[in-house]
Formats: sequence, structure tokens, C-alpha cells
Amino acid sequence: MVLAVAQETMARWQFGITIVYHFLFVPLTISLASVVAGFETAWVRTGKAKYFHATKFWGRLFLINIAMGVVTGIVQEFQFGMNWSDYSRFVGDVFGAPLAMESLIAFFFESTFIGLWIFGWDRLPKKLHCACIWLVAIGTLLSAYFILAANSFMQHPVGYRIDKESGRAQLTDIGRVLLQNTTQTQMFHTVTAAFLTGSALVIGISSYHLLRAKRGRETNRRNIAPMRTSLRVGLIIAVVAGLGTAISGDRLGKVMFDQQPMKMAAAEALWDTQAPAPFSIFAIGDVSEGHNRVALEIPGLLSFLAKDNFHSPVPGINDRARQEAAEFGGEPENYIPNIFITYWGFRLMIFFGMTSFVVGLIGLWTTRRKFWLTQARKTDDDEPPMLMLTNKVEMNAFFTKWSWRVGILTMAFPLVANSFGWIFTEMGRQPWVVYQLMRTSEADSPNVNTGTVIGSMTAFTALYAVLAAIWVKLMAKYAMAGPDSGEQPPTKDPTLRGPSAGDADQPLAHAY
Amino acid sequence: MHLHDLWFILIAVLWIGYFFLEGFDFGVGVLTKLLARNGTERRVLINTIGPVWDGNEVWLITAAGATFAAFPDWYATMFSGFYIPLLIILFCLIVRGVAFEYRAKQSGARWQRNWEEATFWTSLLPPFLWGVIFANVVRGLAIDADKSYVGGLGDLFNGYAILGGFMTLALFVCHGAVFAALKTLGEIRDRARTQATQLGAVAGLLLIAFLLWTQADSGNGRSLGVMVVAFVALVGALVMTRLGRDGWAFTLSGLTVVAAFATLFLALYPDVMPSTLDPDWSLTVSNAASSSYTLKVMTIVAAVFTPIVLIYQSWTYWVFRRRIGVQHIPAGH
Repeated sequence: MVLAVAQETMARWQFGITIVYHFLFVPLTISLASVVAGFETAWVRTGKAKYFHATKFWGRLFLINIAMGVVTGIVQEFQFGMNWSDYSRFVGDVFGAPLAMESLIAFFFESTFIGLWIFGWDRLPKKLHCACIWLVAIGTLLSAYFILAANSFMQHPVGYRIDKESGRAQLTDIGRVLLQNTTQTQMFHTVTAAFLTGSALVIGISSYHLLRAKRGRETNRRNIAPMRTSLRVGLIIAVVAGLGTAISGDRLGKVMFDQQPMKMAAAEALWDTQAPAPFSIFAIGDVSEGHNRVALEIPGLLSFLAKDNFHSPVPGINDRARQEAAEFGGEPENYIPNIFITYWGFRLMIFFGMTSFVVGLIGLWTTRRKFWLTQARKTDDDEPPMLMLTNKVEMNAFFTKWSWRVGILTMAFPLVANSFGWIFTEMGRQPWVVYQLMRTSEADSPNVNTGTVIGSMTAFTALYAVLAAIWVKLMAKYAMAGPDSGEQPPTKDPTLRGPSAGDADQPLAHAY
Repeated sequence: MHLHDLWFILIAVLWIGYFFLEGFDFGVGVLTKLLARNGTERRVLINTIGPVWDGNEVWLITAAGATFAAFPDWYATMFSGFYIPLLIILFCLIVRGVAFEYRAKQSGARWQRNWEEATFWTSLLPPFLWGVIFANVVRGLAIDADKSYVGGLGDLFNGYAILGGFMTLALFVCHGAVFAALKTLGEIRDRARTQATQLGAVAGLLLIAFLLWTQADSGNGRSLGVMVVAFVALVGALVMTRLGRDGWAFTLSGLTVVAAFATLFLALYPDVMPSTLDPDWSLTVSNAASSSYTLKVMTIVAAVFTPIVLIYQSWTYWVFRRRIGVQHIPAGH
């Protein structure tokens, strides 16, 4: 029994480590695919060199990421069967379908067209080449949709029945699984957050180069132009996606208050049902003690977040736990997730995510190039912008320097927010693996022993640590190198028929 | 025909498609040590599979995902039963993908040599382990009444399975050499042909031994016919290689891979994971399958999307149809 518990714990740790790690790369891949596609489209349409160099530059960073995203993704698919075979047997009939669709519809798309895009610079006409990266971007979004449909089934099972004979879940309505509001809202939230993540990276790296240019360390204006455009693009995405993340987060919160009230009570460490319920900004003392020594609350706000009404009652942890115990048996405390993690995870998610949104807003205003500026303050396309507070007042040197640095330092904030968001939503569902249908403790592989899981978890952690070091090293190297204005597109637009006799021995435009 | 029989065929097609495609790119990975004589030649080889290896690997993800959807018990028993071999395969696939993508991202002899070593080993181990796994699936495992594998790791490495592992490895490397002959130019192409025939001889012996053993243990009329196809195709591939007909040679070496694994699936049917403890505990196409509704949904999805995938994936091979020689490798890294 002691060992059985330990095995489940280890399997959960392994899942947690590998999925959080995988999800560092996923949002970057989703957003950078579209960013690169946008720049390439701009290049194809205008022929401007800065767009070409931006495409190449962000494309390199995108490829370093997608490689990690792809290889760490396979682990997840195998892991359900390896560590969670009872779960797989119980939900396979339902859960397997979106997973298989994801491979067939999304992964083939992504992997095939990314190959064409990487190696196709001198093989494909540029419009077709550009279409390839758009198809990759669409593939990443489709993939997100299917896997979120699968996850939403775990959050809020629909479109199934329990087969009397086998006691397992059976799919009865694929449409509901794919289209239920949990899936849609999670998709909205995950994708907006993904774009916020990519935008923070774009802002950070562009800021680094523009600050260097400002200090005279980069004088090649052909290298500055793509970074200035990138900064603009990054800031706009940050504002739009940041706003989208907040709105979708609010929607998702309401869906969760309705479908998993315990998770949301845990997010607030709201122990007792209250009407109206306050929103806790932070609590001092141990939130998991069963009562809070709360330092700061906004009255009524939680009621509003839950139900769009400042006076509605919001169910507390204790009431929900008693209710679930009465319904499913056992002690109430068995139904309470880890409150410390859910409470702080929820707050850190919001803090790290919204910081990047604010950076985007301030950045968009201070770096504006045309509006309400006197002639003397206007800067060219290929110069670093001045930071303007109002139409006449320029930020002083100290704040200017630090503003650029803030852009750089907050580069990874949404990555942290993503991790906390997933940790919150998955741990907030405990003790259930499939909400109110299957407990996590019943889901593991009965025939895999603890030592094996510990071994595999340790090995994954070690391998992932080494890969993380390599990833950081390469990202830093290529990010700091900046755009290479020496790179040139193929002199004539390639044709599908292939090169003429004279070009047959030309080196490949891209080679491993 | 029942839907679960159709899905047995589709799952077999996906796994076999995976072995056909990643078979040669594993083979090419192994050949970076056997065939290539210097860094530039290694790069020639890696670049022959550069644009396609990732798409090839998705066949595995789809095979596993479809097994999960159509036969949850098959998926659960297989993946929890072959825990350690699959774990090693996962590690290999992780490192291998990163190795392809990152090797040229930085200069420096040590950096590149390390990734090249990694490419070799991570291309060598998975074919062997897939052979071991599928040989065991056909042979049967100690599966209990709860459909779980209760044997040990050592039991997986029995004589038959090890033979299956070496057969798969030799066949894939031979298939890779034939592919290399098809996709390269100059001196490396001549050597690829020579090695293909040598490797083909080894693969042929292992193939005969392994498939005859399979036939004796669990074969039937259909598997016998397909087994003969595998032998004939391999001989044909070697003859075509000697004649310098690379396209035909590749088609036939691919057919060998297809027929060899089709023999296994035919010998397996209607079981999907036979139990050696009690035949009643065996997983079969009917007792391991999903509900007919799920299978129906999946059939529609597969019918619509599989042709599309095949079209654009084939198109990729057409776009990158040019042979690569050392003159095409850009300087620098």
C-alpha cells in the first residue's frame, strides 16, 4: 500500500515535470509560427529587406523551439499508456479519439510543412514557401484544439456514458467532446496566452538589440530596422493577446465556477461559502490552515468573477468537500486539493501574465513613431525609437535605460504564468483525474513498480536538464546575434520544376 | 467485416507505414558511421532525410494515437508492458530529433562530433527495440486476467525477440543504404550500393530465420504468402541495386519491410496481444476494441484525412527529389 501510493506520486511527478517542460515550448511554437508567417507575408507582398531579415531571424528561433516541442510531445502520448494504463483503459474510448485526430489532422500538417519551409527556400516559389509556414501555424492551432478537447473531457466529462458491462467510459457524442464550452474557453485562453508568451519574447529580444543600438554598439541600420518592426509587432500582439488572455481567463473562470466549484474556491482559498464573496489579493499566513489571515481583499469581486453579479454567493471549500464526500464517499478532506499550490499558482499566473500585458501597453505608447510627435522627435524606421511620455516630454536617460531593460527582463514572464496556470488547473481538479469519474489514485499502471517510475522520472529530469541548458545556449546565441542583413533571398524566384542545368550544383540554401 | 477488423488493418498499416518510412531514416542515421567517411559525407546523408524525417516520425505518433483510440486495451497493455524498451526508444527519439536540428547550429568540432555520435546511437537502438517489441507481441506475453503484463524485463529478451530485433535493425539499415543510393550523387552513391548488397545479404539471412520461426510458431496460410513476398522483394531489391536501378531497388526494399511486418500482423490476427498464461486472457480485436460508435467516428476521420496526408507527404518527396552530393553541402559549419 505504501509502495502503491509512492508509485502514483512518482508517476504524477513525472507527468508534471514532462508536461510543464513540454509546455514551455508549445506556446512559443504556436505564436512564433504566426509571427514568422506574418513577417514572411509582409516580405512577399512588399519585397522589403527588413521583413525578409525578420522572417529569417525569428524563423531560426522558432526552429530551435519547435524541435524541442516536437520531441518532448511524443513523451506525453506514450506516457498515458506507460504510467497510466488503467486511466487509458477507462477513458480510451473517448480520450483516444481527439488524440488520434490530433496526429492525423494536425501533426502531419505541421511536420510535413515545416520540413518544406526549412529546406524549401531554394525549391519553392516564395508565395508557396510562405503558404507553408501559414500551414504550420494552422497546424499548431489545430493541434492545440484537439489536445484541449481531450483535456476538457478530464475537466468536464461530456458526450459519454458508462458502459454497464465493462464499467468504462464510452463515447456517445464526439461533437460535444469537441465543441463543449470547456474546450472552447480553454482554447481561447490557451491561444491568447500563447500569443502573449511569444510577444514577450519578441519584445525582450527586440529591446535588447534596440538598447544596444541606442548605446551605439550596433551601427548597421540594416540590422536595426527588422528589430524596430519586430518590437512594434511584439507590442501590438502583447496588448491584443494580453487583453484576450484577461477576457478569456474571466470566461474560463466562470465556466469553472460552474463546472468545478472546488477548483475556484481553492484558487481563492475561500473556505466558507460567502455572499457577496471578496477577491483576495494576497493572504498572509498559511492559506491551507482552514482559515485565512487575509491582508487584502476586494469586496464582492469574487462574486462578480464567478457569476457576473457582485452579490451572488460563492461556495466555499468546506461546503464543497462535505458535498462531494456525501456523494462519493470518504472523508471531506480527501476532496480538497492542495490549497497552497492552487491559491498561489492562480495569483502568480495572473501576475506574470498581466505584467507582460502592461509592458505591452506602456511600450506601445512610449515607442510610438508618428502620432502626436513633433518633427524633432520622430525617428526613422531604422533607428531605435525615443521613449516619449507625452508629445513633448521624453523619458530621461535613467528611465529610458530601465524601460528597455524591463522589456528584456520580462521576456520570460508569460512562460512562468503558463506553467502556474496549468499547475493550478490540473492540481485544482484533484483528487480526480477525470472530474468526478475517476480518481488519480485509480489511474496508474498496476504492473509498473515504483522503482521503474522513479528511474524513468530521474532519467527524464536529467535529460531535460541537459537539453534545457543546450536550448538556452542556442537561443541566447541566435537571439544575441540578431538579424543578419548579409543574408539574401534567392536571386530569382525558384520554380517547382527545379533548377536549370547551370544551377544544379548550387549548394543547398539550408542544410543540417 | 466488423469495424474492429477494419481497424486492425488500419493500425497495421500505420505501424507498417512507420517502419517503411522511418525505417530508412533510422538506416541512414546508422550509415553516418558505416558509410560516410568524413564530415561532409555525414552531412550529405543527414540532409537526404532532412526535410522528411519529422513527417516520418508522425506515423509513429499516429499509430500510437490510433491504437489508443481504436484499441485502448491494446495500447494500455502494450505501453505499460514494454515500459523500459519504450522508455529507451523515447530517449532516442528525443535526442535524435534535437541532434538533427542542433548539430549545424553551432560550429566547433566537439559539438558536432557529439551530435553525430548521438545520431548514430539513437538511430541504431530504436529499430532493434521495435523488433524486440513486435516479436514479443506476436509471440505472446505473460498477460494476466486484468490484461496487464506481469512478466519481467528479462522475459522480453528471449531468443525469438532478439532475432526479431537484429532482423529489424539489419533490414532498416539495408533499406537506408538503398535510400542513400537513390538520393546521393558521386562516390558515396557507389559505396552505398555496395553496402546495400552486403547489408542485404545479412538482412536476408536474418529475415529468413525470423520469418520461418514466426511461421512455425503462429503462422497461417496468408502469412506464408506474404512471407514469400518479403523474400522475393529483398532479392529483387538487391538485384536492382546491382543493376543500378535505384528507384526500383528502393521500391522493393520498401516492399520487403512492408511484407515482413505484414507477416507479423497476419500471424497475430485475430489476437492483438496473446497471453501465454491463459488463452482466455489474450487481447483480441474484439475484446480490446473501442465501442462501435468510436470506431465509426474514427473511420470517417481516417477516410477523409489519410488520403490528404498521403498526397502532401508524397509531394514533399517530389519537391526534394534532387539527389544530393558533397558539392551541395554549404561550407561553414
